[in-house]
Amino acid sequence: MQLPAQLTISPRLAKNIRRNVKERIIELILMMAALVAVATTFAIVGVLLYESLSFFKTVSVIDFFTDTQWTPLFEDAHYGIMPLVSGTLTTSAIALAVAVPIGTISAIFLSEFASHKTREIVKPILELLVGVPTVVFGYFALFFVTPLLQSIYPSLPSFNMLGAGIVMGVMIIPYIASMSEDAMRAVPMSMREGSYAMGATRFQTAIKVVTPAAISGIVAAYILAVSRAVGETMVVAIAAGQQPNLTFNPLDSAATITAYIVQVAMGDLPHGSIGYQSIFAAGLVLMAMTLSFNIFGHWVRKKYRESY
Amino acid sequence: MATVTTAIKAEARDLNFFYSNGARALKGISMPLYENKITALIGPSGCGKSTFLRCFNRMHDLYPGNKYQGEIVMHPDNTNVLDSGVDPIEVRMRISMVFQKPNPFPKSIYENVAYGLRVRGENNKRIMDDKVEEALKGAALWNEVKDRLHDLAFNLSGGQQQRLCIARALATDPEIMLFDEPTSALDPIATANIEELMVELRSKLTILVVTHNMQQAARVSDYTAYMYLGELIEYDDTDKIFTNPGRKETEDYITGKFG
Repeated sequence: MQLPAQLTISPRLAKNIRRNVKERIIELILMMAALVAVATTFAIVGVLLYESLSFFKTVSVIDFFTDTQWTPLFEDAHYGIMPLVSGTLTTSAIALAVAVPIGTISAIFLSEFASHKTREIVKPILELLVGVPTVVFGYFALFFVTPLLQSIYPSLPSFNMLGAGIVMGVMIIPYIASMSEDAMRAVPMSMREGSYAMGATRFQTAIKVVTPAAISGIVAAYILAVSRAVGETMVVAIAAGQQPNLTFNPLDSAATITAYIVQVAMGDLPHGSIGYQSIFAAGLVLMAMTLSFNIFGHWVRKKYRESY
Repeated sequence: MATVTTAIKAEARDLNFFYSNGARALKGISMPLYENKITALIGPSGCGKSTFLRCFNRMHDLYPGNKYQGEIVMHPDNTNVLDSGVDPIEVRMRISMVFQKPNPFPKSIYENVAYGLRVRGENNKRIMDDKVEEALKGAALWNEVKDRLHDLAFNLSGGQQQRLCIARALATDPEIMLFDEPTSALDPIATANIEELMVELRSKLTILVVTHNMQQAARVSDYTAYMYLGELIEYDDTDKIFTNPGRKETEDYITGKFG
């Protein structure tokens, strides 16, 4: 509808050109900052795809996924990614077996049982664990946890997935604990009061009401932890051994995708060689794994999103 | 004071309450709750009516540093619910509560109603089914939800959610039910439903209701208490309070001169 002229024209309502230009510039700066991260992601995917493509010109995709050996640098070269995938999955599974229960229980304790004072002291300390360089965790696994495990299983090799996985689990506890605690604290007090008013105990309230109400945030924490575990490099490179080995036995030594990449990338491979390209193919698989976990996590969060 | 012959279900005796910051929110309140009657608490915001209501089921225990002084005695067993030797969980099993904003749990309709039974350790499916149906019927919700008992409770409308909360509170056969401004988040039709329900429930239990809405107090309650600044100013038959209040302060409040 066209308004009569005298209603729309007022000097204060007229377009302020200078203000508009300023707004546009700010908008542009903000968008460019956001684009840096997005562009980087696309660039990484682009490079991975490009180099992998040359790799798959030499190696068939079927061999890549079915061959049971990964020996790209040997005379008799095999390019089966599965040994690396099995190493990655096994160490990640051990890490999660450690971190999910301990992290979740810590979150329940911090959110529902700890006094304000305890929480204010414990949470920052827990989060400090995130700041410890992963190489330190790696040597901790190799020189402390593995010898400890060897006193139980004397036959355990010095490099093994169990020690590396456990330490990696400890490393990701703070992610799960901190994020789950945030999710639980976001559950409105009225919901807890409703539960207490029904005669529930603190524990019943925590388990039957607060945890289900915070489940989408807790699952998000798990997914982040999975991505961290799958992508973790130093701990496994140092403590799990570097021989690709198609096994799911935690007592064996094995290489993960990340361990292979760091091992080979540090050597002096000629640019454009098949060994060089194999790094990118392995990287692509790693990326596909973390991406699928993230998508799965996103889906779970959407499915279980709670509106209070 | 009202001259009545009805039995007293519970009684506050010289009740004082202090928040953790030392603020004295209730000042020497003494008043009875009559059995199978509805007692309304009215008064301006911050007068302590919700604080008083929440003393009955020891909700203040959830926050550290709060302190009760005095007694709330339940009859016929003469239990002082505020006694430190009395388990607040036991108290809450006898005195249930409906909140200002509907607060269903993130569970199915059925599980919401069954919650109180489950926390009491009931696991028999037959008993549970019966109790859930009875409670939902008692809360006038059964016909609307009987075909979707296993849907998430959040999918119900606000008024239905509040009736679900009433059903949840009913399922454990409480002796007293506390309503903390139960209709302040609801539309007029849902409000009317809840009010009607409260009047029906009166035959089964004793009700204490906090309300901001004076018409509501006049419509549903048998007795009305007017509170101001943590003190009980006047307590009498609802008819008397609204037609011929004994105190000037009460009259000023109910006629809208302030508050």
